[in-house]
Amino acid sequence: MLERSRPLSPFLHYRWQYTNTLSILHRASGILLTYGFGLLVYWLTALANGPEAYTRASRVLSHPSFKVLLALGLLAFAYHLCNGIRHLLWDAGFGLERREARRSGWAVVMATVLIVVLVGCVVFLGSGDVS
Amino acid sequence: MRRSSALGRVLGNGSAKHGVDHWWGQRITAMALVPLGVWFGVSLLLLPRFDYATLTQWINHGWNAVLLVTLILVIAQHSYLGVRVVVEDYVHPPGVRMVTLLVLQFAHVLIAVMGVLAVLKVALGNATFGDSV
Repeated sequence: MLERSRPLSPFLHYRWQYTNTLSILHRASGILLTYGFGLLVYWLTALANGPEAYTRASRVLSHPSFKVLLALGLLAFAYHLCNGIRHLLWDAGFGLERREARRSGWAVVMATVLIVVLVGCVVFLGSGDVS
Repeated sequence: MRRSSALGRVLGNGSAKHGVDHWWGQRITAMALVPLGVWFGVSLLLLPRFDYATLTQWINHGWNAVLLVTLILVIAQHSYLGVRVVVEDYVHPPGVRMVTLLVLQFAHVLIAVMGVLAVLKVALGNATFGDSV
């Protein structure tokens, strides 16, 4: 009965819009990057353990499922970086007006797509050999 | 204006002056990760191959080992502060929440130490001090 009279959490009654979408994506990409951090350390540890260990790890990492994961990681990295800069600018007091925030939101999405496409081109068309 | 009660004032209750530590730490690490993240990404892209020799050479070159260790430490801090907020927002039972946070903190320290040790092993194992590449 007490529970009923309390205010609801924002996600239960706010209208779905671009602001909370971008905010949720920031968290989601952050969580994904935490896993990516573990993967980075796994990779570095294999490197430290010598050529054989590194070859074994490269074989694991070049498995198609890991390639999909790495592509997702790149997407998360690009988005979290761009949107993180947007958050830092907000914290410094810039771009807080609704129009500016909407525009910077779009800029983040565009920049993310651009980075992913550019890096994708370099990686897949450049050497073609990721291992 | 003092809002604390007389008893609270005697007991020294109130702000511990650490209220913004978490918020500020998240921002400092974020600011550091912008250049570090860009450096790491661009460096990897500029590598011709991702084989053992190329990568160990890369780590041993110039400031790369220093920056890589810094990157690992700052990521660990930023990542822990980030997932902590998510856990605090969505995991409600106090016991489960505390255990989750402890596990996450231990995991972050462990992974950071592993990463730093790995970089140091590569950097010091093939050490060629004074012999510039």
